[in-house]
Amino acid sequence: MTQELVYLHDVSVRLGGRQILQDVSLALGEGEFTGLIGPNGAGKTTLLRVILGLQPTTEGTVTRHATVGYVPQKLLIEPDMPLRVKDVVALGIDGQRFGIPLPTRQRRDRVLAMLEAVGADGYKDARVGELSGGEQQRVMIAHALISKPKLLLLDEPLANLDISSAHSIVSLLAKLSRSEQIAILLSAHDMNPLLPVMDSIVYVAAGHVATGTPDEVVQSDVLTRLYGQPVEVIRVRDRVLVVADA
Amino acid sequence: MHEIFAAGFFSSEPVHTALLVGAVIAITSAVVGVFTVTRGQSFAGHSLADVATTGGSGAFLVGLNQFWGYLAFGAGAAAFMELVGIQRKRGRDVATGVVLGAALGLSALFLYLDTQTSSTTGATVTVMFGSMWEITSSTVPELIVSALLALFTVLALARPLLLSSLSPDIAAARGVPVRLLGAAFLMALAISVALSAVIIGAVLSTALLIGPAATALRIAKGPVKAMVTAAAVGTAATWLGVLLSYDSQNWPPNHGGDWPVSFFVVALVVLAYLITYLRPARVQRTQTDMEHTCSPA
Repeated sequence: MTQELVYLHDVSVRLGGRQILQDVSLALGEGEFTGLIGPNGAGKTTLLRVILGLQPTTEGTVTRHATVGYVPQKLLIEPDMPLRVKDVVALGIDGQRFGIPLPTRQRRDRVLAMLEAVGADGYKDARVGELSGGEQQRVMIAHALISKPKLLLLDEPLANLDISSAHSIVSLLAKLSRSEQIAILLSAHDMNPLLPVMDSIVYVAAGHVATGTPDEVVQSDVLTRLYGQPVEVIRVRDRVLVVADA
Repeated sequence: MHEIFAAGFFSSEPVHTALLVGAVIAITSAVVGVFTVTRGQSFAGHSLADVATTGGSGAFLVGLNQFWGYLAFGAGAAAFMELVGIQRKRGRDVATGVVLGAALGLSALFLYLDTQTSSTTGATVTVMFGSMWEITSSTVPELIVSALLALFTVLALARPLLLSSLSPDIAAARGVPVRLLGAAFLMALAISVALSAVIIGAVLSTALLIGPAATALRIAKGPVKAMVTAAAVGTAATWLGVLLSYDSQNWPPNHGGDWPVSFFVVALVVLAYLITYLRPARVQRTQTDMEHTCSPA
């Protein structure tokens, strides 16, 4: 039995009179690759923010036993931001501390090793605002992982990526998850790119969640209960489609 | 032809003061400016300068040193903007705009009263466009201590400031008190603006804040290099401005009067910024950097 890194018990969040999450319970185990799946606006980002401690809960308890790395949804960085790729990754070591970021030999080596691990060493001197979406994702993954967290949260890292970039980000994460024993919770509105690598799934719809293995959760009856309306799961050529009645 | 250094430049007491105070303030403004630009708070910086006009003209009216007027009103406005909601992008512009309108109306009144009571137009020019030649030696320590306070505050907060520019959520998740950080930065910004108001005037102080920073961000890629470059550009423009203003006493059309330092400083800052557009595209630099740093690996 793997140890639980994060445990949510009956968590509810109301924001401005709107119920965003209701009675959400889930556990994330060590080294597990979990997909946080659901349509846009279902509450995926709020759930990630609850786990990070950025969003206070209205009810319920959140228990964390792990250091958490975070890759937010998308960066809004202008090309004139004076942060090179290696500066961004170095900020992952001690960006919260006082002082100016002076480079040392040891830091430089650590940053370079991390950039090599995510395959971003080729553009380490480029400004982060000048990179493509897929390149920025790699850099932010390096930024999040350099402090060696046990859990990595990623908010829609595959949105706005072309198919091959999305595929290579997923296989990078799967590789890192196995080699470094890092648990991953990744949100996505399309589960298909994650099907080959997911150990478990947290499916969010209308503020409620269903959890389990992909085979357990992605079933017509489970999702129909979750959505509160008739939903059909269709499997075609290794892909899964979730179709609601018109 | 005139000499580069007109007679008496190096022995003049006001020149010494102008060079010393000018450099310290230029460096502070430049470093604070780098963060002002990266945080997207240039408009807030400019507004604090306009509000400082109110403080400066008010201080003139009651016979205080203008610096304290600039500082008091700038800091007050910064606190108000923070309170009203500078942490949200939309709220930030709205809050800034409201403060700005109120302050400029008041400074119109103060400047009118200044000219009535002192019966010269000196107050208006000094408040608006600065008076590097009129810095009294008694205020030098106050100016330098204030500058160092703002400079060291921003340097001490450099890493969290960069992290929250990258992503406020990441910064917050790592335990950075993002709101407090923003407030501390805004205070350093208010001090920095008040200081540059002393040397090049309240209306122009944005030039020394944003100009060198914007220039540096175009040519230096990393944060430390950007700060150093901005400081160098700001100091060079200030020193050259002092020199040209001193030399200009021999220039036509009006022999015997100096052209304003502020004009030269601002012109030089703008010139430096424009020169950055002459250099070849950044791509070339990226390639050489990569060759240079990849070779040992």
